[in-house]
Amino acid sequence: MALIVIEELTKDYRLGSHTVHAVRGLTLRVARGELVAIMGPSGSGKSTFMNILGCLDSPTGGRYLLDGEDVAGLSPGELARIRNGKIGFVFQTFNLLARTSAVENVELPLIYAGRPARVRRARAREVLAAVGLADRAHHHPSQLSGGQQQRVAIARALVNDPAVLLADEPTGNLDTRTSVEILVLLQQLNRQGITIVLVTHELDIAAFASRVLTLRDGRLQRDEPVLSPRDASVAQAQLEEEAVA
Amino acid sequence: MNIWESARIAVRALRVNKLRSVLTMLGIIIGVGAVIAMVGVGAGAQASVTERIESLGSNLIVATSGSVTSTGVRLGLGTQYTLTEDDAAAIAREISAVQVAAPSMKGKGQVVYGNLNWSTDVYGVTEDYLEARDWPLDAGRPLDAHDVDGATKVAVLGQTTVQKLFGDSDPLGQIIRIQKVPFTVIGLLAGKGESAYGWDQDDVVLIPLSTAKKKVLGTTQPNPRSVRKVEIKILPGDDMDEAEAQIRALLRQRHRLQPGDDDDFKLGNLTDVLETKEQAAQIMTYLLAAIASVSLLVGGIGIMNIMLVSVTERTREIGLRMAVGAQGRDILLQFLVEAVTLSVIGGVLGIAAGLTGSRAISHFAEWRTLVAPDTIVLAFGFAAAIGIFFGFYPARKAARLDPIEALRYE
Repeated sequence: MALIVIEELTKDYRLGSHTVHAVRGLTLRVARGELVAIMGPSGSGKSTFMNILGCLDSPTGGRYLLDGEDVAGLSPGELARIRNGKIGFVFQTFNLLARTSAVENVELPLIYAGRPARVRRARAREVLAAVGLADRAHHHPSQLSGGQQQRVAIARALVNDPAVLLADEPTGNLDTRTSVEILVLLQQLNRQGITIVLVTHELDIAAFASRVLTLRDGRLQRDEPVLSPRDASVAQAQLEEEAVA
Repeated sequence: MNIWESARIAVRALRVNKLRSVLTMLGIIIGVGAVIAMVGVGAGAQASVTERIESLGSNLIVATSGSVTSTGVRLGLGTQYTLTEDDAAAIAREISAVQVAAPSMKGKGQVVYGNLNWSTDVYGVTEDYLEARDWPLDAGRPLDAHDVDGATKVAVLGQTTVQKLFGDSDPLGQIIRIQKVPFTVIGLLAGKGESAYGWDQDDVVLIPLSTAKKKVLGTTQPNPRSVRKVEIKILPGDDMDEAEAQIRALLRQRHRLQPGDDDDFKLGNLTDVLETKEQAAQIMTYLLAAIASVSLLVGGIGIMNIMLVSVTERTREIGLRMAVGAQGRDILLQFLVEAVTLSVIGGVLGIAAGLTGSRAISHFAEWRTLVAPDTIVLAFGFAAAIGIFFGFYPARKAARLDPIEALRYE
């Protein structure tokens, strides 16, 4: 069974007297191990769709099964539990807690999962090492570069072994080099079997995905597999060559 | 997430803004300190009042000669002395709760020493008087049975009288004249201060009752055994009201009063006065505590204010915590614990400030202060409650944030 099953999903907002139909009947499936990019101009309903996908918001109508669990009608408390256990968020602005060390930032989801302190610390170090920041565990965000901060955020997203990693414009605040660095990491994780859904408005970034969904006016406009996705590590090598030349 | 985890997060958050946290706590520190110090002042005043009244004798019943009806004319209280020395003796003998019953006479007298003279109260008393009044001597010896039986011309002086007549010189053994009769000073009374009614109890001369009747105050009374007052001390622990009833019954019987007749004497005790005065002091304590509580309340509002600012500042943090799985109640707990931590630490420091403050008041203003442990517990509990009360609204505001809005907050 697919990891994400969405059928006839709608989301309406009431703005004063009239209703805004942000999402108007989406139907799609995401299988385990995919790296999906969601594209679309602003106003296409992509943010709303991501919020619903991330269980931050509930749909007005339709079905949403995540990892076999119907999450469309859950209470806010139950949604929090799903977010904690099954979803890892990566944001454009990193959203790390200031004045809090990298390892403590990574621990955060485990606190709300109710894990004991010793288990938390060990797991957080393990994941930090996996994103290549073992030696930065006790640095505060202000002492880290943008790329390093986003790696900490990715480690935080992974710490609870989520079913899916949701990345909302993860390279939006980074320069080209660092963006590619982050994409290398995401492709690595994806090859290890982690499902990733990535929101972006840049075609360049979408080219690294295995599938691109394009939204327009709250509907799915295109759903295309990428026949030969770009390899980020190749792109990184090219960039380095250019820099030398 | 458990409380311990929340407390850790709270302390960390408070340390980020040290100055702000300390200033916020200052409201609670001053509030708790003021409550403790003010209640201390009030309780101290209450204790002084109680002690002052007890110096008069709280287990003292005073029988005063009362009005008599003479050929249809009711004469005022004390115009004719209806009580006698024999009444006093009978009271002491027949009522088991009575420790001592001391009959006395009182009059104004001019006391002369050398070229100084002073008008004071002259009391004719028996050897039991000082015991009844709980009145120790500073120097010399008290009047004894021999003085009373033999009508000797000896006097015991109160502090004020000593000061007026002798200044700094030693009065013991000196001869003074009371209404021109020479007396030898044999004893000096300890200072007793103002009475519950406000007169100076130390402005007094005590002489034997017998001497007073024969030589000084004279007696205009038909019965030479009659006295103006009997001071009756009740044994500690015995019921005052019951003793008073027994004395009344005995006196009525001895005076052959019929059931319908009015008493020809008056019984009074100081318990009533004591209660009134204590009530007054208690009201003062409450008043001071109420005024001090206002500052504690202001401190609480300070906490609420700073917590609201903190919630707004950390909106994104709240959004993030929710995104990674914090439930509303986790956020509520986090901010509530933060507010309570502020108020509890403030409360502890406030207790220290209050104790120091009341010491300082005792030392500099020379007021007695009394800080009871229950005041401390109460003030501390009040501070913690204020943290919960004023922390709840900001915490609930934080817990009710929409994670999507909060994450987007700039």
